[in-house]
This record gives sequence, C-alpha cells and structure tokens, in this order.
Amino acid sequence: MAGSKKIQFSEKAMAYVRELIARYPAGKQKSAVIPILHLAQAEFDGWLSAPVMDYVASLLNIQSIEVYEVASFYSMFNLKPVGKCTIEVCHTSSCWLRGAEDIIRHIEKKLNISAGETTTDGMFTLKKVECLGACGYAPMFQVGADFYENLTIQKTDELLEKFRKEGKRQTYCNHLVDVK
Amino acid sequence: MGKKLLLDKVGVAGIQKYDVYRREGGYAAVEKALKALTPEIILDEVKKSGLRGRGGAGFPTGMKWSFLAKPPGVPRHLVCNADESEPGTFKDRYLMEKLPHLLIEGMITSSFALGANTSYIYIRGEYAYIYKILETAIQEAYKAGWLGKNILGTGYDLDLYMQIGAGAYICGEETALLESLEGKRGNPRIKPPFPAIAGLWGRPTVVNNVETLMAVVPIINFGGEAYSKIGIGRSTGTKLISASGHINKPGVYEIDLGLPVEEFIYSQEYCGGILGGRKMKAVVAGGSSVPILPTELILRTAKGEPRLMTYESLGDGGFATGTMLGSGGFIVMDESTSIVKNLYTFSRFYHHESCGQCSPCREGTGWMEKILHKVLSGHGTLRDIDLLWDIQQKIDGKTICPLGEAAAWPVASAIRHFRSEFEDFVKNPQSIQDVKHYYRLTGEKA
Amino acid sequence: MPKVTIDGQTIDVPAGTTILQAARMIGGDIVPPAMCYYSKLKTSGGYCRTCIVQVSQGSTADPRPMPKPVASCRTNVMDGMVVKNITSPEVLEARAGVVEFLLLNHPLDCPICDQAGECHLQDLGYEHGKADTRYEFERRTFEKIDIGNYIQLHMTRCILCYRCVKVADQLTDGRVHGVINRGEVSEISTYIQNAIDNDLSGNMIDVCPVGALTDKTFRFKNRVWFTKPADANCTCTKCTGKVRLWFKGDEILRVTARKDEYGEVVDWICNECRFKKRKLSDWVIEGPAKVNRHSVISQNHYESLRAIQFDTRLQTAVLNGHKSKLGEGPLNPNNL
Ligand SMILES: Cc1cc2nc3c(=O)[nH]c(=O)nc-3n(C[C@H](O)[C@H](O)[C@H](O)COP(=O)(O)O)c2cc1C
Ligand code: SF4
Ligand code: FES
Ligand code: FES
Repeated sequence: MAGSKKIQFSEKAMAYVRELIARYPAGKQKSAVIPILHLAQAEFDGWLSAPVMDYVASLLNIQSIEVYEVASFYSMFNLKPVGKCTIEVCHTSSCWLRGAEDIIRHIEKKLNISAGETTTDGMFTLKKVECLGACGYAPMFQVGADFYENLTIQKTDELLEKFRKEGKRQTYCNHLVDVK
Repeated sequence: MGKKLLLDKVGVAGIQKYDVYRREGGYAAVEKALKALTPEIILDEVKKSGLRGRGGAGFPTGMKWSFLAKPPGVPRHLVCNADESEPGTFKDRYLMEKLPHLLIEGMITSSFALGANTSYIYIRGEYAYIYKILETAIQEAYKAGWLGKNILGTGYDLDLYMQIGAGAYICGEETALLESLEGKRGNPRIKPPFPAIAGLWGRPTVVNNVETLMAVVPIINFGGEAYSKIGIGRSTGTKLISASGHINKPGVYEIDLGLPVEEFIYSQEYCGGILGGRKMKAVVAGGSSVPILPTELILRTAKGEPRLMTYESLGDGGFATGTMLGSGGFIVMDESTSIVKNLYTFSRFYHHESCGQCSPCREGTGWMEKILHKVLSGHGTLRDIDLLWDIQQKIDGKTICPLGEAAAWPVASAIRHFRSEFEDFVKNPQSIQDVKHYYRLTGEKA
Repeated sequence: MPKVTIDGQTIDVPAGTTILQAARMIGGDIVPPAMCYYSKLKTSGGYCRTCIVQVSQGSTADPRPMPKPVASCRTNVMDGMVVKNITSPEVLEARAGVVEFLLLNHPLDCPICDQAGECHLQDLGYEHGKADTRYEFERRTFEKIDIGNYIQLHMTRCILCYRCVKVADQLTDGRVHGVINRGEVSEISTYIQNAIDNDLSGNMIDVCPVGALTDKTFRFKNRVWFTKPADANCTCTKCTGKVRLWFKGDEILRVTARKDEYGEVVDWICNECRFKKRKLSDWVIEGPAKVNRHSVISQNHYESLRAIQFDTRLQTAVLNGHKSKLGEGPLNPNNL
C-alpha cells in the first residue's frame, strides 16, 4: 500500500517521465502533469494520495497545490482508494436509450453495491460516468483502458467473471507503459 | 452516393500499419505539399475547398488559418482537438482508431502550411487505448522519415507529440484544451485574445478537429476545387456522422453533405430505419448541444422542404423550427422515448462538466438538473417548467464559453417542442412509472 | 484616444482601457458592479458576470452590435463604441439573473457574518437582485477551516471570484491555496491541512468581496457598523504602513488596508501591521475615514435588506447537491 511503500517511480516509469517532459519547451514542464498523474495513479494502487501528488509536484518542480488543483478537476483521477477493477458504465442519452440503466442495476445487484461504492473485498468499484464516445455501440462500460460494448446481461456476467479471475489491477495505462 | 474521401481505405486489412497505409497511396499529400507546394498555395487550396471546421462550430478552416499571427522569431503551433466528448459523437474515435496515419498525414501537411514545427494531438483521457495506436503510428512515421528533422530533404522540421487528457468535456473547448495542455485545470480562457494571436504558452496557435485535419489530405490530393464540388452551397465535402439511439444500424457514416435526412435515417446504406419498426419521435442531429427536433421538423423544414444534411438546411428556421449540424452526433429516439428523461441525462451531463468558473453556468446547470430530477421524481409543478425556461434564458449568452449555451439549448428546445410532455409528468406523476419500464436492453423487452 | 459612449455619456480614454474602467472614469450610476474584477490584480475579472453590458455599436470602423452581452471588466473599448448598461432593460434583467445565481447557494447568514456591512454581495443583492429566491434545494455547505493563525475560510460563503488566488500568485511566492474540484463543487482550499503563512497573506481578507475569508483576530468582536474607522500610518519596512484602524472607544479592534470608492485596496499592507499592531502607540492617526459609497450600512439599509433575503422557509430538500469529489461521489439518482 502507498503508506508502507516508498513513493518512487520504477526505472521504466521514470524513463517515460523524462520522455514526457522532453515533449515541451524548456520551462514548460508543467505540461506533463496530467500524463504523469495517470502514470502515478497506475503505479501507486489506482489512486492519488497527497504524498503521491507531492511527489509528482517535486518531479516537475511545481507547487503541490498546482497538482491538487489539476488532479481534483479531472474525473479520471481518483482521490480516494478504489477497487482493483473500476467499472465505468456510461449512462448518458444514447446509452440510456439502449438500456444502460439495466446494466447498472444488474451490476449493482450482482456485486451487492450501489454505484459509487466498492465491494468489501476491494475487487470492484462501480461508477456511473458520462458519454465515453461509444454511443453507437451502447450500452457500454470502460474498465481500465478498454471499452466493452454492445453489452447484454449475459455478456456483463461473463466479463465480471473474467475480471474476477484475472484479479489484477486495471489501469488507464494498460497499453501505455508496463507499470509495476 | 459519392466517393468516400476519408473512409475510402478503411476496409483495407492492416491499414493501421504504416507499410499498408503507404502502399495504398498514403503520405502522397505530404510529398506533394512539401515538394511541390508552398504554404500559401496550401492555404489557398483549403480556402477554395470551402472546408468548415468539423469540431462543431463550422468555422471556415481557411479563414481560421489566415488569422494566425506570424511575429518573427516566435514559434507557432498546430494542436489537434481529439477531445471528442460531446454526447452522441464518436466519429473522431473511429477515425483515429482505424486510420491513425491519415491524421498524421493531415497534421504534417497542415503544420507545414501554418509554419509550425511542433504540433500536438490532445486526446481525451478515456481514449487511452487509441493513444497507444497513435503513438505507435507516430513512431512509425518518425522511422520512415515523415517526422523529425529535414523531412524529405526539404529542410522542414516537425515534431508531433501526443498529449492525454483525464476526463473533462470542457477540454474540447479550444482555450480550455490549451490550458489543459499547459498542465492546468481546463478552465476556458476569456477571449480575446484568440489562440491565433496568443494560444499555447502565449504563442500563435491553430486548434483544429481530427476530421478537419484529415480532410486536408484529400483537399491536397485532389485539389480544393474538386472538394468544393461535393456538397451543396457553403456545405462542401463529406462529413462523418455518428449515428446512435433507436436505429437498426448505429455507427459512423461518411456522407456527402446534402444527403436528405430522411434518406440517412431510413436507407439501408445508413441507419437502416427505426429499431423494431417503431415510429420515430425526435432527433438530436448534431450532438447533445444542439436543439432537439420532433420528427416532422427533422424530416422537413417549417417551409415544407425536405431537410438536408447541410449546415444551412439543418439551421433553417433558426431555433424556432431548426437546429444545427454541430459535430454530427445524430441521436434518434423512437416513439416510446421520454423527452424529459432524455433531457435530464443531458442536463446532468452539463452540470457534471461545467468547469465552474463563471456563475451562470456553475450555478444554473446544477439548478436545471435538480428541477428536472424533481419533475422526474413526481414532485414537479407547472411553475417548474416556466422556471426551467427562465433559467436557461439567463444562462444563454451570459457565460465565458459556449458550454453555457450548450446547456441551455437542449432545455429550451425540449420545452419548445415537447412542452405537453413536461406538463403530463407534472399533472400525472403516475405516468413517470411507465417511463421507467420502457427502457430495456434490446431483445430483453419487459 | 478612443472615444466611448456609455449610457449616453461620452469620454475619451487611453487605448487598452476596459469598458468598466471607462465607466469608472465617468462615474455615477452607470458604473457596472464588479464582484471579481480587481484593478490591482492582473488577469482578474470575467468570472462573476455581474458587470455585463450590451455593446450596441462595436466601433466606428465596425459598427455592428456585439451579439451577446460582454463582461465590461474584460472588454477593451474601441473608438466609437457605444455601450448600454443601465439604459438597457435586457442588461438589468440579465444582471438580476446573475445575482440570483450568485446567491443561489449562498447561506444568507448575514446576521452572523463578520462581513455584514462590508459585503459586496449584500450590496449587490440589495441594488440589483430580486426580492425572493426561487431555489428550493439544499444549499451546498462546507466546514469552516483555519488556514493559518490569522485567517479563517468559510467556503460556504465564497462566490469563487478567484481574487485571493491571484493575491497569492501575484503578491507572494509559493502559493499553497487554490481552487480545487470542478463545477458546482469547486472550492477554495489548501487541499490538505496547510497554513497560509506569508507576510502579505492578510490581503486576501481585504480582497474577498464576501465573508469567506475573515480576520480571526476580529471574529465576532463586534458588528462592523458599531466600529469607527480612522486612517493611520506607521513606519514599516514591509509595506507602506498606510492602514485603516477600526475602533470601539479607544480600543483598536481591527486593522485593514484603506479602500477606495469601489472597495479596492489602495495599498497592500503586511501581516505585522494587520494582525500585530493593536496599541494606539503603534500608530499615527490621520483622522476619521470616509466610508465608501457602496456600503449598505452607511445608508442605513441593513434592516430593509433583511426583507429581500432570503426566504428561510426552505422546502424540504428534494435533492442533495452534487457532493464534492472528496466527499461521497456524485449525485446518485438511483431511484429513477
Ligand atoms: C464545450 C465545448 C466542447 C467542445 N468540444 C470539442 C471537441 O470535443 N472536439 C472538437 O473538435 N471541438 C470541440 N469544440 C469546438 C472547439 O472549441 C473548436 O471550435 C474546434 O476544435 C475547432 O476546430 P475546427 O475548426 O476544426 O472545428 C468544443 C467547444 C465547446 C464550447
Ligand atoms: S460557461 Fe461553464 S464551462 Fe464555460 S467557462 Fe463558464 S463555468 Fe466554465
Ligand atoms: S452516450 Fe454512452 S458512450 Fe456516448
Ligand atoms: S467583475 Fe466582470 S465578470 Fe466579475
């Protein structure tokens, strides 16, 4: 857990951080804060604790508050611990028209949690989110970096089973760099 | 139907890969632009093409490019807006996933025309898997010599970088996008100055949508003149439409501007008609922000003319009887749809996405959502409908950025065209119960 | 010099002047109210929208009217521009709307607020608002917190003018507070418990247009209108030492910066002068201070003000507002 572990990026992640910073002109390193926060969230248990954000601030040589301001603005950053697998179900218009609420209700029943909550075993967090750009393939949810579309109750059950079996932390960086 | 300009090669196996893309004629536009054309000629071709921004506002691209300030010694930037978050819109995702090299080709050509040596693609955080696809394609393009120093031996240098967002619709607004790209909260800037004068890090910047930049490729390949011959009047070329909702064939379609709306909805080539053979009730034609229209007004203008997929025809009648092409997010609703509930999902969305800088949007969007929630909970009054109308009017036009309008227009149009439905809910709360049961997954009907 | 006409009065102003500044040069009733703009803070303004006006003619060169009302504090005048403020019913109506939005989530706890009597929102509500609130949902609330030894933050009252953030950015180095979260649940915060500790931090209290940032050394000591202001000075190495003292009898209850007729600080003062020098012998008294033109208190309006406020019979909340991201997650209309 973040508390016991030293807050320090892996060598691989550090190399990526340097590459990110090099994308911007000298002195504009603050531009890298969002990608680095994604990386930090993936490396440090799926959420951004204050010490993790302070660490990111120190890497970029900016004030901690500048990182808090950004992290709290964007909906993909978790400021509290979440389950290993966050299921983000879209419930905006097009998805609603095609039954998103049925999917949400089903998952709630199946996992015995309400949207916004985490299962007691820390495996799943269920989130209702706004349009993810998959409106034509509704209903859908996102887990980590992957989209699961044209859902049915059966497909949802199969996916939940799959995630549980894999048991690994799903992150937005799944495809980006290998994280610890 | 005319020739597909962007999706022409989308069916070719492996077109995501550089080798295949190149073999199919890819990067010809860059070759032509850098070797045979000058920035001035490219600008001229884009102007001649009549291309209008595909991000929603429909601003003529050539004109936007010509506003770019060029103070000596100050770097300029091109930024691709790949933040696509307008509910109902998913065409940029499709384009980037299927044709990553087309975007890179469009960006090199356009960067050259604008004299930019460092360009960025700002992609919404949720599209993380596409980030990877584009990153891979960019690496391929560097290796093949299309990016980097001295491209094709012409002396032109270009670096192209990805930048990822983290969940904020507002970062699609171009100045919020620039703030986010600078590593800040996505708060839209107060304009003027416009990005063409002071954009990214205060430098002159052009922000263009994914589809706009891709369209530059056929314009260079076939000429602006040829491009302008497709379409009707000031709506030239082809447009990608994201179709969703109660239709048989949801998906992304490239249409020639000018296609009749009726044909788009009912022809097998496109949406394939309404799901389950039901009747259509309403359409949101250009993404959640544009006014919703009932069937009779989306198929025909108030004058009785067939409505066409063009900026002008969809806009015919103003907001009283018309709507907008917007970003091309086409949401179709069948007869069973509750307009009030649909509006609630939109209002909840804008409330969730308001950046919170300016008071009418910060306070007004939440207020509207709460009133709609109240109506849907069976506690609404007739006064609430008038109040909603009044609130949207007090937001419209009073805010820093157009998100305020985007939140106001759906409310205004739903009340304008479907007031009786709001009244039904208020007078007969029992009817709301029925709405709850309308929506089942397809094939699992209650 | 560009010539601009505001509500029928014409004036020549230097290029780069905003409509609001031009209106202040003319003076009187035509000056739009400003809740977030602060002439001494760069890039301030544009947020609250109370200063909106109608531009009925853009300039001599391009006489077209501007399609939407503009924020006068962030719009520069052009030669030949014609502006309507109080002569436009639409502007007044729109402004009343803005005032309603600003008061929507405001606690209306004036009777127990230290700012009462000096509150620009109170004045604004009185002068430009409507008599009743139409909001019937639960208002958002936050806990009061101490940010350092001298300043208390009562976020519930904040209107997000961003002035205090700009003070921290422009007057101090190492800003530790800012705006966190997004949209309706945005708040001024240090995020983690953190003290704002800087020689000039007290100026945040003076720029706050409402009672969100208050002087802890003055809290509840007295109502502002029972205290008597006097201008005074001292020799100070950190600031000009030009201050305003607030007396009850012979006792100095509070020290603030001096303010001009628009409620803006004349000279920034340091924390030493503001919080530490409370003995008469610390100061050279110059004489009684003039109370600014805006003060509701000076016009004896405070009692009648209570009438416009503030419908306390809040109906049972139908909904909770969005909860802060740090709190319990977003609105959860599960029963729909
Ligand atoms: C709230 C808001 C959201 C927007 N979202 C997007 C978006 O996701 N993608 C986009 O290309 N343009 C979006 N726009 C429009 C952009 O501000 C800008 O006009 C556009 O990127 C310009 O590109 P174009 O001229 O190629 O259309 C948005 C505008 C607003 C006000
Ligand atoms: S209109 Fe809304 S999103 Fe745009 S600046 Fe104002 S608060 Fe932010
Ligand atoms: S509405 Fe769900 S993905 Fe767009
Ligand atoms: S004073 Fe101009 S917008 Fe606030």
